[in-house]
Amino acid sequence: MKNLHSIMLDKEKCKGCTNCIKRCPTEAIRVRNSKARIIDQRCIDCGECIRTCPYHAKYAITNSLEEINRFQYKIALPAPSFYAQFEVDDVNKLLYALLELGFDDVFEVAKAAEIVTHFTKQFILSEKNKKPIISSACPAVVRLVQTKFPDLIENILPIASPMEVAAYIAKKKTQREKRIEEDKIGAFFISPCAAKMTYVNSPLGFERSYVDGVIAIKDVYGLVRSKLREIKDVKSLSIASGKGIGWAASGGESLALEVEEYVNVDGIHNVARVLEEIENGKLKDIIYFEGLACSGGCVGGPLAVENPYVAKNRIKRLCSNLKDKEESLSAWTEEIINSFSLKLRDVIFEKELETNPVLELDSDIERAMEKFEKVNNILSMLPGLDCGACGSPTCKTLAEDIVRGFANDTDCIFVLRENIKELANKMVELSNKLPPSLERNDE
Amino acid sequence: MLLELEFEIEPGNFMLAGEASSKIKETLKKLGVKPEVLKKVAIVSYEAEMNIVIHSVGGILKAIISKDKIEVIAQDKGPGIEDIELAMKEGYSTAPEEIRNLGFGAGMGLPNMKKYSDYFEIDSQKGKGTRVYMIIYNK
Ligand code: SF4
Ligand code: SF4
Repeated sequence: MKNLHSIMLDKEKCKGCTNCIKRCPTEAIRVRNSKARIIDQRCIDCGECIRTCPYHAKYAITNSLEEINRFQYKIALPAPSFYAQFEVDDVNKLLYALLELGFDDVFEVAKAAEIVTHFTKQFILSEKNKKPIISSACPAVVRLVQTKFPDLIENILPIASPMEVAAYIAKKKTQREKRIEEDKIGAFFISPCAAKMTYVNSPLGFERSYVDGVIAIKDVYGLVRSKLREIKDVKSLSIASGKGIGWAASGGESLALEVEEYVNVDGIHNVARVLEEIENGKLKDIIYFEGLACSGGCVGGPLAVENPYVAKNRIKRLCSNLKDKEESLSAWTEEIINSFSLKLRDVIFEKELETNPVLELDSDIERAMEKFEKVNNILSMLPGLDCGACGSPTCKTLAEDIVRGFANDTDCIFVLRENIKELANKMVELSNKLPPSLERNDE
Repeated sequence: MLLELEFEIEPGNFMLAGEASSKIKETLKKLGVKPEVLKKVAIVSYEAEMNIVIHSVGGILKAIISKDKIEVIAQDKGPGIEDIELAMKEGYSTAPEEIRNLGFGAGMGLPNMKKYSDYFEIDSQKGKGTRVYMIIYNK
């Protein structure tokens, strides 16, 4: 499997400090030879290490703006969080600026979010779901569930994400209106998110993605800003309502759904904690769980620029500015759904989500049990300081790494020191053992 | 081969409540136990642990894991249940007001344990203690 994750390491910048290994929610990072190394299958692209690294040695692979030129007709799909990066009161200016960057058209992911909301409401009312339903909008959270909470996979909302729905509709619309073949149309997500890049390469719940590329907000930020200065009059391009734009920040999705019994949590470690409680059978009365990997929600995405708290406030303002137009803007949602005769079955997952068994010790349970005992035996010999000097995040992970064959017990400096002490004692002992033919000083 | 995990549970300590069942869950994940089985063990061990925290004067939670089944045993040191039949009714609870205010002790513990285990056995003596023995088959 290629392209399992998009987070990469800049070896030049990495100092081999152990900040990132401590924060990674799936224990996907080790330090080897003074450089961090990401275990591909374990990384869920939450971006936590990007935010943690004091040397900025972690980055996400995304597409460059030039790459849009591979296509004859280029569509920008701005994430709702894109709107929060700039000090403007009119979303149209931002959309217009994107056109100025070379796109032929824009389709707001915020509008697609409203369409997803429409179908999620239908899904909640259908009988065949497990409560609480876990939002599938954040791919990092979906992959966290696949990796660490396999028993909650059936709770995940099996509906395409707004980005995907946006790409699908934008392409269909272009085909219909402009008579351009599908493979000549390129749809590019303007993204705060690294996990979406991975999603495009290996989609969750679908065979293929309609998105052709992911462009980091930070990579177009400067360009958009300078275009904004030039823009005077703008056409009305935006059709998203506050309900869709609100998705940018944590809680926005739940608010749009208008369910009372929801819980929204942001920050990958907080999400993991609440998933644990769901696993325990608590939160039974909750209908919807909105978990977002980034603190603040997508506005806090690793590829966003603006401070997430400031950004969240802007989203709030943009939404309240649209209050008067809310009804007419919302009408667009139905218009789109009808004109493409979209049904729930068009947006529902084509295939089941699989578990990602990388944290298992062995695929055979008996052997896994043996390994588990070995881990515990090794662990009892380690100091339990979780210092990270061995390159593994905790003593326990080191013990597992040893049992998996990726590390040695002497990687632990305390064990190594103990061994050296023993060796030194032995040397003293040996040096005292002179051949009987030699005279000893102390006799 | 058997794997035995045993945890001492402190009565009334809500800060630590859930830790033992968390460790049992984590172990089962490391062993690659199927999601359906994991889910059941997660619920029954958590409920059992909470019961010890809420109602008892302390006890132990134990999981015995083998290839075919997971046994979960909760044994506490008192005060025991007066009327087991009543305690098994959904919604019946003897939890004190302040604990119910915390959102615990809704009277679903024992019924849930029974519902999610393949075999369920409860033994209790007033003044002595309670022992719950559950099996979840690893099919
Ligand atoms: S992106 Fe998240 S999961 Fe991947 S290595 Fe970084 S912290 Fe770990
Ligand atoms: S919270 Fe949003 S930006 Fe962050 S990983 Fe999830 S989808 Fe991406």
